Amino acid sequence: MEAPQNFEETARQIRRLGTILFAFFAIVAGIVLFLMVDPTLSVFQPKPKLEFSEVPESYPEGDFDKIENGIHLRTGFVQGEGLMAVVNNCTNCHSAKLVTQNRMTKEGWQATIKWMQETQNLWDLGKNEAIIVDYLATYYAPEKKGRRENLDNIEWYELK
Amino acid sequence: MDRRKFTSSLSFVAMGSILGVPVVFGKQIPMGYIPLGLQDPDPFELFNKDKQMVVLNDRPWNMEAQAHLLDDKVTPNKYMFIRNNGKIPENVDAEQWRLTVDGEAAKQSKSYTLQELKTKFPTYTYQLTLECGGNGRSEFNPPAKGNQWTVGAVSCALWTGIRLRDVLEDVGITSKAVYIGYYAADTHLSGDLSKEPISRGVPIEKALQEETLIAFQMNGEDIPLAHGYPLRLVCGGWPASASGKWLERIRVRDKVHDGAKMTGSSYRIPCDPVAPGEKVPDEKMCIIESMPVKSLITYPKTGALLKKGQPLSLRGHAWAGELEVKQMQYSIDFGSSWQDCTLDRPANRLAWQHFSAAITFPKEGYYEVWAKATDRDGNSQPMVLPGWNPKGYLNNACHRIAVKVR
Repeated sequence: MEAPQNFEETARQIRRLGTILFAFFAIVAGIVLFLMVDPTLSVFQPKPKLEFSEVPESYPEGDFDKIENGIHLRTGFVQGEGLMAVVNNCTNCHSAKLVTQNRMTKEGWQATIKWMQETQNLWDLGKNEAIIVDYLATYYAPEKKGRRENLDNIEWYELK
Repeated sequence: MDRRKFTSSLSFVAMGSILGVPVVFGKQIPMGYIPLGLQDPDPFELFNKDKQMVVLNDRPWNMEAQAHLLDDKVTPNKYMFIRNNGKIPENVDAEQWRLTVDGEAAKQSKSYTLQELKTKFPTYTYQLTLECGGNGRSEFNPPAKGNQWTVGAVSCALWTGIRLRDVLEDVGITSKAVYIGYYAADTHLSGDLSKEPISRGVPIEKALQEETLIAFQMNGEDIPLAHGYPLRLVCGGWPASASGKWLERIRVRDKVHDGAKMTGSSYRIPCDPVAPGEKVPDEKMCIIESMPVKSLITYPKTGALLKKGQPLSLRGHAWAGELEVKQMQYSIDFGSSWQDCTLDRPANRLAWQHFSAAITFPKEGYYEVWAKATDRDGNSQPMVLPGWNPKGYLNNACHRIAVKVR
């Protein structure tokens, strides 16, 4: 009864060899594909700092909704209660920048939502509406500016 | 990883595998062209804009200049503000492009190819001031919603095209014609293709003016995509939203055009003045026509430090919508006294005018240089904010720069 044992042993060896060969070719194919895509291996070089970073291109797994220094990085929204309801409902059609550059009272934000629902295809926000309006009215409330503000943020420079 | 490097070394097959769909006609894509799906989100590169331009919004794209960037007499593309209401059209094919003229007050419906428009009608070039109706909105109190433009949503480029008047005459309009409305190829932000992002227009009198163009060139070249390639209506001196980009259709109306952003409170101000913050019903809001008198100091940039006795050469531009600017003045004492600037005549009607002055400061200290233009009808720029309006339009308050003498 040695022959069947030998046969099984040979079959095992062939299978092992097959696995090794497959793994080898998979690795080679992986390297070739990588070089095709990135021949200069730039992915291993330090990333240059981009001046325009408001729209980062991708996020490592788990960093998608990262908050740093009280700012939701992906959108620029201030951290606070209702943040994710705002992110999920207010950045589908337009950029978060259209929200964050504006300042309105509760009434104003409410009216803006109503206008978007009536004319811009915004959906019914259901119980999220109160959460969203509260968030916006809290963190994006108007400041009193008077009839004319002082000139500020001046970068002084020597004029030749 | 650098996207440009990444895509330049990619085959179209590989591009297809990244996009998740094959790149149809991949072989026909010109070398160096990057499909929109892979495009670098750097708007300065995308639109050939200077890095000092300020992005207000990236969906839709809205970008403005700073005062000192607008120093050129003719605004180059790199310093020209971008105001979009919807998505910029993709895959514009100038060969297939058609302009259709129709409407209740048109004698027929007629359609033209670009080639027909260029060869059938005489071509004119004018320098035309285009200012966003909401330029200066950021200063209003209480604040008005929308893009918070500061001072840089204005330009004065050279536009080349044919007169809208000539095309309307070729089509034929009836005595019932009151307004024209434009329709364009941009699409609504919501993705709803049945919705127009913007469809505005002008009264027939403005449409028939010599300077109202259907333009196909800006500054001697094809109009850049972000500014309306291949065809743009240009109505100088009016809110720039009247100058429809990516123009496909002109409708001759027997009533005031009622397209998107013509009605409600869009591009309208209270018919009668109101107190700041007052609620104004839609029926009390009137359409903005000619833009008001305004000016901008484009040299020096705010923040100049001068030595005692060092003279300052001031310069900039002034404009007044349909009117000419007749006087330009500056003040270095917060509006107590005003001195005249040298003011040039416009290159043509509806072009901005250049001003200059040589200023000497009496002693050391902090100064603000204020600029004030006065139009032919005697209207001047206010030193504080002009009449408050719910949407924050038409802020023509004096432009100010800060100067220190040491």
